[in-house]
Amino acid sequence: MTQELLTGNEILVRGALAAGAKMMTGYPITPTTEIAEHWSAAAAKDPALQFLQTEDEMSAGFALIGANLAGIKAFTASAGPGNVLMQDAFSMAENMRLPTVAFIMQRGGPSTGTVIYSQQEVNLTCFGGNGEGLRIVYSTSGPQDLYDYSIKAFNSAWKYRFPTFLLGDGYQAKMLSKVQIYDPREKNIEIIDPTAYLLNPNKSADEFINLRNTYNLEEELAEVVTSHQRAFQDIAPEVVEYEDLHTLDAEVVIFAHGIVAAAAKEAQKILRTKNIKVGLFRPITLSPFPVDSAIQVLANKKAVLFVESSLGQFARLVKGHLNFPYQLKVYELFRPAIGIDVWEIIHKIEEIFKEVKHG
Amino acid sequence: MAEESNNLPVSWKRSSLPHQFCPGCGQAEALKILGYAIDELGIQRQTVYATDIGCSLLSWNLFDVDSIQTHHGRATPVAVGFKLARKEAIVIALMGDGGGYAIGAQHLVNATMRDDKITAILINNANYAMTGGQMAPTTLISQKTTTTPLGRQQQNFGYPIHGPEMLSQIAAPGAFIARGSATDFQTLLNLFKKAVQNQIDGRGFSFVEVLAMCPVNWKTNAQESLAFVEKMAKIYPLGEIHPSKENR
Repeated sequence: MTQELLTGNEILVRGALAAGAKMMTGYPITPTTEIAEHWSAAAAKDPALQFLQTEDEMSAGFALIGANLAGIKAFTASAGPGNVLMQDAFSMAENMRLPTVAFIMQRGGPSTGTVIYSQQEVNLTCFGGNGEGLRIVYSTSGPQDLYDYSIKAFNSAWKYRFPTFLLGDGYQAKMLSKVQIYDPREKNIEIIDPTAYLLNPNKSADEFINLRNTYNLEEELAEVVTSHQRAFQDIAPEVVEYEDLHTLDAEVVIFAHGIVAAAAKEAQKILRTKNIKVGLFRPITLSPFPVDSAIQVLANKKAVLFVESSLGQFARLVKGHLNFPYQLKVYELFRPAIGIDVWEIIHKIEEIFKEVKHG
Repeated sequence: MAEESNNLPVSWKRSSLPHQFCPGCGQAEALKILGYAIDELGIQRQTVYATDIGCSLLSWNLFDVDSIQTHHGRATPVAVGFKLARKEAIVIALMGDGGGYAIGAQHLVNATMRDDKITAILINNANYAMTGGQMAPTTLISQKTTTTPLGRQQQNFGYPIHGPEMLSQIAAPGAFIARGSATDFQTLLNLFKKAVQNQIDGRGFSFVEVLAMCPVNWKTNAQESLAFVEKMAKIYPLGEIHPSKENR
């Protein structure tokens, strides 16, 4: 294990390499472009690595599918309008349960928006395309997460065979920070080998594999989608991850994800020194969502505060899973497309405590 | 041609017969010829066949060849990604004139520019057949379709696209580019074999456009269908088209 000073985009490339990725497909878009650049630099030195700069993000997604069908680990990275185009390929991956990995570093939206930061690609990444949102989505909260979860994203994709996303943002992508880089074997993390869907060397000579994602009858497709959903529900208990920080004695719980959860964590520390009993629940997997843990956390609480850099995409996701209303008040701190300061969260919580006490 | 059922390509999957195409369809004929090409080259077990949306998807399980089905011209990038991952594989992407020249045109253009070592086959039947006969980029001037009830007018929709000629302008010198017809068995067989051989030899990108009859949407009988393909061949010249020298 070594400690290194790296940008987030560099960390993601190191994670992909550690996970055994052999190919990246992609189209440059801020704030993810350096992922393609650092991967290209690695590929220039190592003939076992491939980089394909595609004509657009649709091509990046579909070429990635082609490479995965051939039995190597390939991935892509994108943001904003690029993430929009890529959903075409991820829908196909969802329908066929293909292991795709994409690093999504959110930028401002709608549309071209801004180039640097947001949390507005939650809906798109969790539910994009004309499917049912059967995807694994890890929302990272800082540099170490980028390394740990980029490795995990590949393992989950190939183990569970659902499209898998690492959802970060431009701040995390561009930030230069210290990070622990390790060989997964040092931590007894087993790297899952890819297998070829087509031209698999282990199949018999008279066996031919014909794959499709089109069906003739409504019933046929309904059966496929239903069985995918059952498989997704079955894996959910072992996939879901979250951070639960001091929620047990808390009267009010903050719900936040990604880098905003990092700000909320700092706010919580300061508030706790003032003896304000605030808890923090941070889902790491936005999909599948840690439903049972979130329900437990909110039992007997007075209020919940949703904090996010969007107009409630995350809050709606949570509410959709938890069958609101509860006996608790719901507060919101929504800042679409801008970062959220620690003090903003502290002031909001202090206001909420006053109201809760007097109300 | 009753005896022909015994002579179908070895690489056609017997359990998928009869095929799903309409009677008289030129695409079925082209895919039979492709089957013979695969047989004669002896590549059934090294080949990956990527098919697309529209009528082309009816061939998703037509071959005893490993295959994948996608849509909107994305058969090309799927093939490109596969080939990059497995250089020894022979990868053939099949698409229609919508997938290749309209909704996924960028893929075909950029695969040609990058000189990706794949073989792309495009069926030109001058309309969007699966959706019921709408205008395609290949629809002829004054040809009636369901979205050009008065016939395609140049003022509104431009001139028919000449795909192989366009690609030849950006193709690398080692590329193989040609146009054949589903009505000329032997010539098309040779073009398919040359295109795939070009890939096997690692010379570069290969592309064959195939003029194909669509009697159901053209509303033509057998004789009229053949006559319409002849008319198409006057606008879309048959044969190999050498990559432009300027690209050397």
